[in-house]
Amino acid sequence: MSVEAKTTAAEVAPKPDLVTLTIDGTQVSVPKGTLIIRAAEMVGTAIPRFCDHPLLDPVGACRQCMVEIPDAGNGRGFPKPQASCTMPVAEGMKVNTQLTSPVAEKAQRGMIELLLVNHPLDCPICDKGGECPLQNQALTNGPGESRFTELKRTFPKPVSISAQILLDRERCVLCARCTRFSEQISGDPFIALVERGALQQVGSYEQDPYDSYFSGNVVQICPVGALTSAAYRFQSRPFDLVSTTVTCEHCAAGCELRTDHRHHQVKRRLAGDNPSVNEEWSCDKGRFGFMYGRGDDRVTRPLVRRDGVLEPASWPEAIDAAVQGLKAAGSSVGVQTGGRLTVEGSYGYAKFARAVLGTNSVDFRSRPASAEEAGFLASTVAGATLGGSVTYADLESAGRVVLVAFEPEDESPIVFLRLRKAVRKKGLKVTTLAPFASRGSEKLSAELVATAPGGEAAALDGLTDLDSGTVILVGERAATTPGLLSAVAAKAAATGARLAWIPRRAGDVGAVEAGCLPGLLPGGRPVADAAARVDVASHWGLDSLPADEGLSADEQFAAAARGDLKALVVAGVDPSDLADPAAALEGLEQAEFVVSIEQRTSLVTERADVVFPAALLEEQSGHFLNWEHREGRVRIVNRNVPSPMTDLRILAALADAMGADLGFRSPKQAYADYTELGAWDGARPAAPAVAAAPAASGLVAAGWRELLDASQGNDHELALRATARPAVARVSAATAERLGLAEVAAVEAGGVTTVLPVEVTPDMVDGVVWLPLNPGVGERLPVVPGSAVTVSAVSVDEGA
Amino acid sequence: MTDMLTPVLSSQWGQDKSWKLARYEATGGYRALRTALDMQPADVVGLVKNANLRGRGGAGFPTGMKWSFVPQDNPNPKYLVVNADESEPGTCKDIPLMMATPHTLVEGVIISAYAINAHTAFIYCRGEVLHVIRRLQQAVREAYAAGYLGRNILGTGYDLDIIVHAGAGAYICGEETALLDSLEGRRGQPRLRPPFPAVAGLYASPTVINNVESIASVPSIVANGADWFKSMGSEKSSGFTIYSLSGHVKRPGQFEAPMGITMRQLLELSGGMRDGHTLKFFTPGGSSTPILTDEHLDTPLDYEGMAGAGSMLGTKALQVFDDTTSVVRTTLRFVEFYKHESCGKCTPCREGSWWLVQLLMKFEAGTAEEGDVDKLLDICDNIGGRSFCALADGAVACVTSAVRHFRSEFEQGYHTPARELFPYEKSALFAAEGDR
Amino acid sequence: MSGHFTSHFPESGSVDQSDQSTSIDETTVAELRELAGRYPQPRSALLPMLHLVQSVDGRVSPRGIEVCADILGITTAQVSGVATFYTMYKRRPAGKHHVGVCTTALCAVMGGDALLERAKKRLGIDENQTTPDGQVSLERLECNAACDFAPVMMVNWEFFDNMDPAKTDELLDSLMADEEVVSPRGAALTSWKEAERVLAGFPDGRADEGPSAGDASLLGLGIAADNNWSAPEADAKPAAETPEAAK
Repeated sequence: MSVEAKTTAAEVAPKPDLVTLTIDGTQVSVPKGTLIIRAAEMVGTAIPRFCDHPLLDPVGACRQCMVEIPDAGNGRGFPKPQASCTMPVAEGMKVNTQLTSPVAEKAQRGMIELLLVNHPLDCPICDKGGECPLQNQALTNGPGESRFTELKRTFPKPVSISAQILLDRERCVLCARCTRFSEQISGDPFIALVERGALQQVGSYEQDPYDSYFSGNVVQICPVGALTSAAYRFQSRPFDLVSTTVTCEHCAAGCELRTDHRHHQVKRRLAGDNPSVNEEWSCDKGRFGFMYGRGDDRVTRPLVRRDGVLEPASWPEAIDAAVQGLKAAGSSVGVQTGGRLTVEGSYGYAKFARAVLGTNSVDFRSRPASAEEAGFLASTVAGATLGGSVTYADLESAGRVVLVAFEPEDESPIVFLRLRKAVRKKGLKVTTLAPFASRGSEKLSAELVATAPGGEAAALDGLTDLDSGTVILVGERAATTPGLLSAVAAKAAATGARLAWIPRRAGDVGAVEAGCLPGLLPGGRPVADAAARVDVASHWGLDSLPADEGLSADEQFAAAARGDLKALVVAGVDPSDLADPAAALEGLEQAEFVVSIEQRTSLVTERADVVFPAALLEEQSGHFLNWEHREGRVRIVNRNVPSPMTDLRILAALADAMGADLGFRSPKQAYADYTELGAWDGARPAAPAVAAAPAASGLVAAGWRELLDASQGNDHELALRATARPAVARVSAATAERLGLAEVAAVEAGGVTTVLPVEVTPDMVDGVVWLPLNPGVGERLPVVPGSAVTVSAVSVDEGA
Repeated sequence: MTDMLTPVLSSQWGQDKSWKLARYEATGGYRALRTALDMQPADVVGLVKNANLRGRGGAGFPTGMKWSFVPQDNPNPKYLVVNADESEPGTCKDIPLMMATPHTLVEGVIISAYAINAHTAFIYCRGEVLHVIRRLQQAVREAYAAGYLGRNILGTGYDLDIIVHAGAGAYICGEETALLDSLEGRRGQPRLRPPFPAVAGLYASPTVINNVESIASVPSIVANGADWFKSMGSEKSSGFTIYSLSGHVKRPGQFEAPMGITMRQLLELSGGMRDGHTLKFFTPGGSSTPILTDEHLDTPLDYEGMAGAGSMLGTKALQVFDDTTSVVRTTLRFVEFYKHESCGKCTPCREGSWWLVQLLMKFEAGTAEEGDVDKLLDICDNIGGRSFCALADGAVACVTSAVRHFRSEFEQGYHTPARELFPYEKSALFAAEGDR
Repeated sequence: MSGHFTSHFPESGSVDQSDQSTSIDETTVAELRELAGRYPQPRSALLPMLHLVQSVDGRVSPRGIEVCADILGITTAQVSGVATFYTMYKRRPAGKHHVGVCTTALCAVMGGDALLERAKKRLGIDENQTTPDGQVSLERLECNAACDFAPVMMVNWEFFDNMDPAKTDELLDSLMADEEVVSPRGAALTSWKEAERVLAGFPDGRADEGPSAGDASLLGLGIAADNNWSAPEADAKPAAETPEAAK
């Protein structure tokens, strides 16, 4: 689109899809269908507005954006001013905004005055004061004084519409942004306009609070202080905050966020504006989940075990102790990196393992995983670039999206929002291979192929009409179903469908690329490929790299438990995330030597011989790679920190003390080293071809981790935790009847029993019980999807 | 020369059991349906277009043209919705029609639905008229039983269902897009246009929404022809219509006449103003149309005539107020109506009616301040033409027209309560009776 | 005098959650489902469904909202938004008979205001209240489309035309005493709840009661008959084409 002077427009015929109009005497060409209010933005004119939001359907409710249209493009004008937020441009149209039209200016001033008739004008005690569109536009486009001296409408002060969101109806200007967001964008219409006329207000139904993973967005898009969050309410004034653009650490969506801090403390996070990724939205976990480093459990000093007791130590002491233990272990060390690392952090561990410890036993997968998955990552994921990957934009333009072992709303909520947008706006057809039609898939109007865990490969095989317009999205829990990732890769290859692997954690794709896998060096280089090893070794200035494929995370714990692996270096791993937490703890306990590099005390630090305190994400810089392989910047928000040592600096110090050179100690250096090495241009391993296992007989578990669970990332944010979905056990009506289940069930596996309310779920496959595979709700069942479980009825008295 | 009154729709209202099918058939009912079903749907549209029937619900949009906007190549079902949400203050013509001869409407619905190729039609009737809804429900049941509705109507292969739908109390649902939202089980708030209902209306499908009187007029046009219809009224305001006279006249009531009858003629027919009183002002077409005074007694009550007088024909609901009436009080009460009925969607209507009511209360109480008349007009200027739909324009019209005609009476509100100037009991009917 | 301007709304925004009582049973649920089935899209039945809820629970009960939401697959907030939009839906139990007095401009001026005051005194309640015995509830109405019969009152949404103080007293007394009352332009009164059932779409068989029309509705017709006025014959020519004939 051009905002050039008239000569350009006259000389160059506009493209067929452009419409040329005149705004305040300035000619502008904009795409057909553009609303006047946005065409005006292109010539630098901000027309005041409240209800208008570029990502919501136009509503024309607030009437603030009135402009004069002396010529609608047909030679005739409108006798009265028009709302510019609902009217598309027309060829030859003339628009006069408040800048040139006294009529428009008066209409806008009059509207501000009307909007303030029932507004409490409590700006001095309002959280929005200082960043309030009503306040700002009242000053720029309103009369200085109101002529209203009569009675204002009053309501009881704030009401909670959820544990997190509060509503002050007196401040509300009824723009309906929040209700439109909840209906159109997230599909959670638990808030609605209620009452009528001057009493109209946003409301929820008392028994059914605003239940949405995206509820914080309504606070952000509220153009007044009517919606506030329990988390930020009365925390700060906006003009006292310092803002930093960052990338969210909570999942692989790669959301751009704006982190606001004051006095070295993050006060809030807002969705950033990144049209390629999260547009202007974020999920509540990303928005509110920044308190996890505020607890008493933060590791602030190195700890060294002396006489069986972990004691604070100086950095040199701790480094000496660690070096002594690691040297004793030689190359019999396993490295586990977890999911919280930046690309640079992961690259540091990948190099530390190979170049310093001399082992390929490095694995980022602190969750149920498999060798098949490692093969899939090597063949299909590693070494990809943004240009060659499926992107958010591709999801929007796809004809069909097939979800395999992937529940977007829980496991990648921004992917969910983009899919929902495509469904609403472009008629995208979504097919999900899942045990039942989840709330998320209902909101995507998804076609359900009801599938028991283990049956996905067959179900995928049964989809006959996939083509190059299809995108298959496969989630990380596909690793737990033997043969599934093989089938997915084969199906994509056979049909031309595009394929994307969407892990849950923010660091996972970066860890794959950085080489945090036992069979994979940085840039997708297979350990098994001698040329690849030479490539990396020469880049690192080494003669050679270990050639044997290392141990996976599970194998490391098992080997340590057997005494076959002497030492472990463990970063952000929570054993309760693993398929078999008990085996992990056993490995940690039996290992001769454990180094833990961690932010907070944990089951790992408790069992470590040396603990190094690592910086929080808000205390470091770097990059994440999201599921698209898109880089997102991590920036230092807080410089006043208890420990300035990032994972990288700790590794560099250890390397140094061990007489080796990691080659970098800052993220910038690590990033340069990593990008210089680049991606592998040699042959990729073939995709795995693991046969599907025969379906388990008897009752099996299905499940996934819900977005808001008891994971540590949500710690210390009570309102957020309170909006988590209640845990239930889902069964089909037939299964419930067969098992005699009524209200409450006891689910048992591997000697662990958990008691859950039963929800009989329509369209659910029989012989399956779905459970939230969240950590921390009592003792977690040691199950993965497809595990055999036993379920029995519990009488309500007993269950209570 | 046509007669002063031309009862067509109302011609059978006085008959015993006029609401029964047998009675309706005995006076020629459902013959027009047979005629119409022998025609091509497009020819029925052409006939109504040719008759120049204009919508009787207030806006006066040509009915046949509205029908012709329905894109017949649209794959979605077509719907006909009858706007029977009669709520405009002063308007009381559709209710007696549906009470007395609901089959006139039902026959009109079948013909009109046939014309636009609809197979489902709705009669959205305001909910606060129980007996009218009973009669509609029964008429539709009778029509099904007689084969006028359902599958293969009269053996022609045409199918139609009619659903009688009761509203639940909301003036705004008389606005056609608010009515559609309401009929979809939502809050009755107006929709953005475009898309227009003819293209994407009920369930986002092509939909025609017509007023009761418009649809009920269709059978007579089919039976008697477009020329017959145009033999009444004027070129731009064709045909007959029902005028509703209410207020301080001797005999209020319904008058079915050719378009263009004058207020003077109607007043004569109703016996004039009540004894001892003179006309002060009247609404030509409901409270949303700017008020007129005795200078407009001879202005034809048709589209052009009313536009020329700076008002609108509206629903032809003539509310007549005599010299005992405080225009300030009446204006306040009208604006209170709009405040009560504002849907709340847009700022000027929601907040403006809130403000106007409180300001007018001061005028009524005699506590308004010097300059408040101009303030009142300026607030009206900030509301009128700025709102999402026409409801607020109606609210503003009654204020600005009242000030235009009776400014000094408003200025008296700076010091004297309206009640002192115009003792309210003098306006009441029973007080007047007591005086006699 | 209008005097009913309110600016503080302590209880707006929802139906009365403090009263969870309900009489909605399996039969009601089946009838609600039947209503949903009458429309091309089920949600269209929401207004009739809420009428039916009122016919059972005497108001829009929390249970009623929940059942409607469940049947239609929408949220309770959405149903609540609809239930609080329309004035015919009541938050508190209405009386056996629900009385409305029109106080829109014309009726108000012609006596409606005075009638409302009189009704309040006679019943000993304010508007939007119900007599302690549950017999009569009272509200002010906006225009009920019977202006030629002003001032107008409604009982259970049946017309009571041309009201005056004496007729008002008589009507209210009869309602309080539970005597039979017949609408001059409708049927014998049943009850507000039974009326709501008809509005929901379940007829009560009373359509044939009452007259065709009231006197005011027939006024023009009578004058036309007296003067032998009628619509033209079917072969009449358009007025515009025969300007001479018009003279």
